[in-house]
Amino acid sequence: MTDKVSENLLLKPSRPVGIVGYGAYVPRYRLPAKEISRIWTGGTGGVPIQEKSVPGPDEDTTTMSIEAARNALARAGIDPEEIRAVWVGSESHPYAVKPTSTIVAEALGVVPFTQAGDWEFACKAGTEAMVAAMGLVGSDMAKYALAIGMDTAQGRPGDALEYTASAGGAAFLLGPAEESVAVIESTLSYVTDTPDFWRREYQKYPEHGQRFTGEPAYFKHISSAAQSYLDATGTTAEDYQYAVFHQPNSKFPSRVAGQLGFSKEQIATGLLVSVIGNTYSGAAIIGLTAILDVAEPGDRILMVSFGSGAGSDAFGIRVTERLPERRDLAPKTQTYIARRTEIDYATYSRMRGKLVLK
Amino acid sequence: MTDVVIAGIGQTTVGEHWHLSLRELAYHAIEAARLDAGGLLPQSLFVGNMLAPNLSGQAHLGVLIADFAGLRGIEAYTVEAAGASGGAALRAGYLAIKSGFVDVVLVVGVEKLTDKVGPEVDTAIATSLDSDYEAVQGMTPLTQGAMLMRRYFHEYGVPQHALAGFPVTAHANGASNPNAMFRKAIKPELYARVGMVCDPLNMFDAAPEADGAAAVLLTRADLLPPDANHTPIRIAGSSVATDTLSLHDRPDPLDFRAARLSVGQACLQAGLAIDQMDFFELCDAYSVYAALTLEAAGFAERGLGWVLAEEGQIGLKGSIPISTMGGLKARGNPIGATGLYQVVEAVQQLRGVAGNNQIPEAKNALIQCLGGPASTAVTHVLTVL
Amino acid sequence: MEIPRHWRLKKQRYALVGEVCPHCDAKIFPPRDVCPECGDEAKTLFEFSGRGEVYSYTTLSNAPAGYQASAPYTVALVKLDEGPMVTAQLTDIGEQDVEIGMPVEMVTRKLRSEGDDDRGMLVYGYKFRPMELQQLAAAAD
Repeated sequence: MTDKVSENLLLKPSRPVGIVGYGAYVPRYRLPAKEISRIWTGGTGGVPIQEKSVPGPDEDTTTMSIEAARNALARAGIDPEEIRAVWVGSESHPYAVKPTSTIVAEALGVVPFTQAGDWEFACKAGTEAMVAAMGLVGSDMAKYALAIGMDTAQGRPGDALEYTASAGGAAFLLGPAEESVAVIESTLSYVTDTPDFWRREYQKYPEHGQRFTGEPAYFKHISSAAQSYLDATGTTAEDYQYAVFHQPNSKFPSRVAGQLGFSKEQIATGLLVSVIGNTYSGAAIIGLTAILDVAEPGDRILMVSFGSGAGSDAFGIRVTERLPERRDLAPKTQTYIARRTEIDYATYSRMRGKLVLK
Repeated sequence: MTDVVIAGIGQTTVGEHWHLSLRELAYHAIEAARLDAGGLLPQSLFVGNMLAPNLSGQAHLGVLIADFAGLRGIEAYTVEAAGASGGAALRAGYLAIKSGFVDVVLVVGVEKLTDKVGPEVDTAIATSLDSDYEAVQGMTPLTQGAMLMRRYFHEYGVPQHALAGFPVTAHANGASNPNAMFRKAIKPELYARVGMVCDPLNMFDAAPEADGAAAVLLTRADLLPPDANHTPIRIAGSSVATDTLSLHDRPDPLDFRAARLSVGQACLQAGLAIDQMDFFELCDAYSVYAALTLEAAGFAERGLGWVLAEEGQIGLKGSIPISTMGGLKARGNPIGATGLYQVVEAVQQLRGVAGNNQIPEAKNALIQCLGGPASTAVTHVLTVL
Repeated sequence: MEIPRHWRLKKQRYALVGEVCPHCDAKIFPPRDVCPECGDEAKTLFEFSGRGEVYSYTTLSNAPAGYQASAPYTVALVKLDEGPMVTAQLTDIGEQDVEIGMPVEMVTRKLRSEGDDDRGMLVYGYKFRPMELQQLAAAAD
């Protein structure tokens, strides 16, 4: 298939769907990039971000998903037993076999009458889950579906990714548009087989194609998805108050935003990578939570994720009048970012299980 | 009613007995007790033990020990109540004699901690807690002691190092007990200097768990051998009380309710008031437990147990001597055997053979062992017959 | 493996689900089916808010088997707003000093890996952390 643009490329639910509740999570520990540089390059050379978030020793994708989802439910104010799907997208599920989602569903009180599944598509597993949840709700199969993108990303010690591979993410309770704080108007996906980054079974750390991860992977997919979405919806960058793109570092999302005609101001609110790092499956969507924390009714938001391997999902979102009264019902994303304990590389090594104990 | 008397006592030293097995430890104490009793032949054996199934992979201690001690054929089984196992086994023996069904009972407390080494030992000791709601959180008895100590200081505004008198007294007394694990006095200044184990609980606030075995032979007064050459000691009161298993289920965790109830019942049975007791062998697994026990038993007002230590009232010459042979702190804490060590030591005092630690003309002894933070409390009153 | 006993307790562990006495309204945790206040049967499920304050605490470095990876860790008795007290670890303490009376809130975290290695079942359960997010949010407003 070519990059043919037409409205039938849009994924649009037959009944309007929106975000009924949203929640973020960022663990409290921070490892400054300078500290990584001190260990591996003697402190010379530039660093891609200021610092990254690090999960505590008792945290993983499951526990972080539970907290983000509790925040989403607090804002939604619905009975968890009405949820018919709990889908967790991540590339760091604690089990290779055994769902993260059943644990999350149990903790939230959603069980037993629910779908539960773990999604995997590198950094866009979370938005995959969101699109699926849109389908479930938009087809009227279910009233509510919970989609989560969360990661405790791994970077090989000394690798370029170690500077950014961080932990965090967000949860979205999707439901009928009329109950929503923000309506998801439509979405569009752009996917090809592009091996820019992967992790083979049983391997602890991922491999990546270095500069190959840029142009043919990140930029090609995000800009294609975004431009196709704008074309299909007949909108331009100016129609959106905010935009957020997958953020593996500070440079990539800024550049792709510029290429698409978005200003620095439009992406500033959702651009968190310099202070929390790349949260992988959580990266684009945690940016969205930061935007929802401040956006006003009527504001439009463009969100485009990217997952290696490779693909992008673009979403057009419009804030409703319900948002201002709901957003204070759970901690805001910037509050999690402000909660901060700096650690050194030795503590990081211990907390992330990088010391050989047996 | 029949008087139950203690006809013989025996004990091993407390410590790390690398070369001795559980059965050998028990046998050494039994052998000494039987020798001391002048040839009485037991018909029942009650074993006080907590950790053998966990640390030695051994249950079924009754027959193991009866068989090994040359008593094949007799009634024998284990009584378990964590740190109160020894006292509970004594209680079982007492009831057996009192009932008239049994003439001579052997009670042995034995604990073998050094069959395993490492964190598994802490895990085994923590089985005295609620496994589902306490131990699963990484809690151990040590942390319970530390949390109670912190709360004690907070609630009563107790000055720093106020509990120093407990380990200082215990070590002073342990110095002249040949069976004690630690036989060295410590200075209060040292208490203030040692490292924390579990803040605010320092190294001297926690008794060391170690191997040991102690045994007694019980019988009726009329069955004592005519040539018995020591003062017969009577069990005048015996009581077991329980509280909630978990600290968190108590309305007031600083109230050692089971300790209070069982002292009350044992004293009532003995017809003695606490001020008639010449000494009190209590559970000083953690120094704050000694303070809380003194308060629960009625020797001090709530929040003032530490003052007895501060004023020297718990010393051998004080108003209520405790830990007269070193207590759990200096003699050592062989968990399921501790209750029997207390009995053996109390009998030494009442017989007048406690050597340098002798309390002059001791006639009445109060002894109490605890399982957990007084989740189980076993109290006995011993008197000179 | 201790799978069944952890599995059985998941409601209590993950979300602090206890009971409320239908006779005297006492809130009960851990669930015990018999009301400790009035002695009547109490089996009605009740989900606690997860908020409470520290009654006492200590920090342990000599951890039992299965807990060394997180040592040193702080354990506490936490008095829940609804009345009962629970034993739990404190987590995410940060730079602040833990104090008696400190307000805390429940979070669901990893307690341990069953079997003490990377192969065993993960045991999740409640821990408590300082009510710091609320303070930060108030400070930001």
